[in-house]
Amino acid sequence: MELLTQISEALQQGNEELVHQGTQQAIAEKIPPKKILDDGLIAGMNAIGERFGRHEVFLPDVLMAAKAMVKGMEPLKPLLIRDDVPSLGKVVIGTVQGDLHDIGKNLVGIMLKGAGFEVVDLGKSVSPEKFIDAAVNENAEIIGMSALLTTTMSVMKKVTELRKQKNLQGKIKIVVGGAPVTKEFATEIGADGYAFDAANSVACVKQLMGHA
Amino acid sequence: MRPRFELLTEQLKKQIVSEACQVLAEIGMEINNPNVLSLLSEHGARIDKETKRAYFSNELVNKALRSAPSSVKLYDVLGQQTHDLSGYNVHFTPGSAALNILDHKTNHIRKPSTEDYVQYAKLVSQLKHIAAQSTAFIPSDVHENISDSYRLFLSLLYCEKPVVTGTFTVDSFNVMKDFQVAVRGSARALREKPLTIFSCCPTSPLKWGDVTSQNLLDCAKYGIPVEYISMPLSGFMAPVTLVGTVIQHTAETLSGVVISQLASPGTPVIYGGSPAIFDVRYETTPMGAIETMMVDCAYNEIGKHLGLPTQAYISLSDSKHLDAQAGMESAIGATLAALSGINSISGPGMLDFESCQSLEKLVLDNEICGMMFRLIQGIEPREDFPSVGLFKELLNDGHLLISNHSRRYLKTEHFFPSSVICRSNNARFIEEGSLTLGQRAHAEVESLLSKYQPSRLPAEVQKELCRLMETEARRYGQNQLPNRG
Repeated sequence: MELLTQISEALQQGNEELVHQGTQQAIAEKIPPKKILDDGLIAGMNAIGERFGRHEVFLPDVLMAAKAMVKGMEPLKPLLIRDDVPSLGKVVIGTVQGDLHDIGKNLVGIMLKGAGFEVVDLGKSVSPEKFIDAAVNENAEIIGMSALLTTTMSVMKKVTELRKQKNLQGKIKIVVGGAPVTKEFATEIGADGYAFDAANSVACVKQLMGHA
Repeated sequence: MRPRFELLTEQLKKQIVSEACQVLAEIGMEINNPNVLSLLSEHGARIDKETKRAYFSNELVNKALRSAPSSVKLYDVLGQQTHDLSGYNVHFTPGSAALNILDHKTNHIRKPSTEDYVQYAKLVSQLKHIAAQSTAFIPSDVHENISDSYRLFLSLLYCEKPVVTGTFTVDSFNVMKDFQVAVRGSARALREKPLTIFSCCPTSPLKWGDVTSQNLLDCAKYGIPVEYISMPLSGFMAPVTLVGTVIQHTAETLSGVVISQLASPGTPVIYGGSPAIFDVRYETTPMGAIETMMVDCAYNEIGKHLGLPTQAYISLSDSKHLDAQAGMESAIGATLAALSGINSISGPGMLDFESCQSLEKLVLDNEICGMMFRLIQGIEPREDFPSVGLFKELLNDGHLLISNHSRRYLKTEHFFPSSVICRSNNARFIEEGSLTLGQRAHAEVESLLSKYQPSRLPAEVQKELCRLMETEARRYGQNQLPNRG
């Protein structure tokens, strides 16, 4: 089997060690880093993502693959930076101010990293200012916000308003999610995307970044 | 611990059996078959020739119970064992012998055709939690005299699972037996590895008809397992009390056990039934009534008390559509039946008082059956003690989604139904088309039919089955069988 296919397969099986070894071997064989990333790691994540959508594999399998992806990225990342390969995108995530429920947000972080995005996790109860400042300072294209409570979801609107005040609509896209959040609510507050679960957040971010 | 559901005390079970024996001894059974009457007479039963009543002594009953096996095994068309009907083992089989099917396209109940039956057999072959097929409905496009054998013929061609079936005439037994001998290779091989169960129904109250009692003798001759389907109707053709109904069921069923065991001691028999209460408002026999299910579970306890494998028509519905009533009645029945350890549970797919099968309901019921298998596994510790390490890991990692413990036990601790059961959040539900249960079930039917793999029954055996069926059809003037697609 071709090495990059092997990496993709190992990644789908969530085998961190094999993915790490395979990536190192591919680097040693002088396969271009961008090709290793696209045809090995991301190809594997895309494949398992599709199988997840068809209920052939479950969330833990995707998370294992995502973990393996992160392991494969270790030797690859410096080379991608050296070659000036742009990352898929950078996403700043956090739960909104006053909301300490971060299980969903953490899942989103793992899934986005697994899909090849750079993730800056601001943690829990993040203020609107902190979301915007972090996105600007980190040069992130996307802000991802999550809320579990109807009482805290209104904070999301403050972030979209702050973005408007600072005239950053063209630069930073906003994705929202969480149990009480709906597509209608997202549209109403001027967010750019709504994700109904962690796997869907990957699809949503990809679409906003033009990768879909 | 295997969870169990029980309704009768030991003392009540003994009393019910004792009352039933008294009924058999003092009132007896009317038996409209001379062969059965002479068999009983040969073994010392008192016979009243005029009223055709046979009186069963306690001695006769006890002798029969001693020779009846406590386990019945079934094997698929390839000879692999699929069933062990004994103890608290549970197996599901589609409800049998409906006159109609629910057409998904029109949502109307209609007469089924050969094409419907072939689709049914192809579908059941892929339903993981339903271990047997049954001759579930009666194709209306063949001569009525072959409508019983024709179902078995189609079942044996398209699905490898063993078959719960039965005859409508004495004559049909021969060809239905010949099919089975053809599949196994010899009558001896069939006796060693039973392929079918024949349902044989006494007529309530306390009667055996000519055909069904003759079936008992014929099945015993070839070692074909029989399930007795006694059908007392509580409040109409049986006492209104549930205990009274169970006494009648016990008497009728025990009489069947005696006939089979006298015909061939040790022949496989199953303590089955399809009792119901009689709904005096609608003049119907609701299978979804809780009392019907209670009688089923109670006679199952009597069967176990007597050391026999059990069967019941339970986990079916009286609804005319795949609606909430259908789900409710089927799931209550399946739950009680599984917890009671009814060995062969006949019900999946059935609507409208055992008269209508539905492919869409079959795939839904398959999920119910899957859940039941999980339920009866119960709750057992699996590397749960000591637990402190696991909780430390949880707090440390923030979740246990990919911990070794979760990965080891996820798929055995949790049952994962197919997408027939909606477990997505509302946003995803809308995104995926807001499909109703009927639409999801139909999609699953279509998907499974597209994945059907032909039966591995050898081609020469299939050819022989066709020859036997064609010969049988010609006997009744039908020179060509319908196109099977």
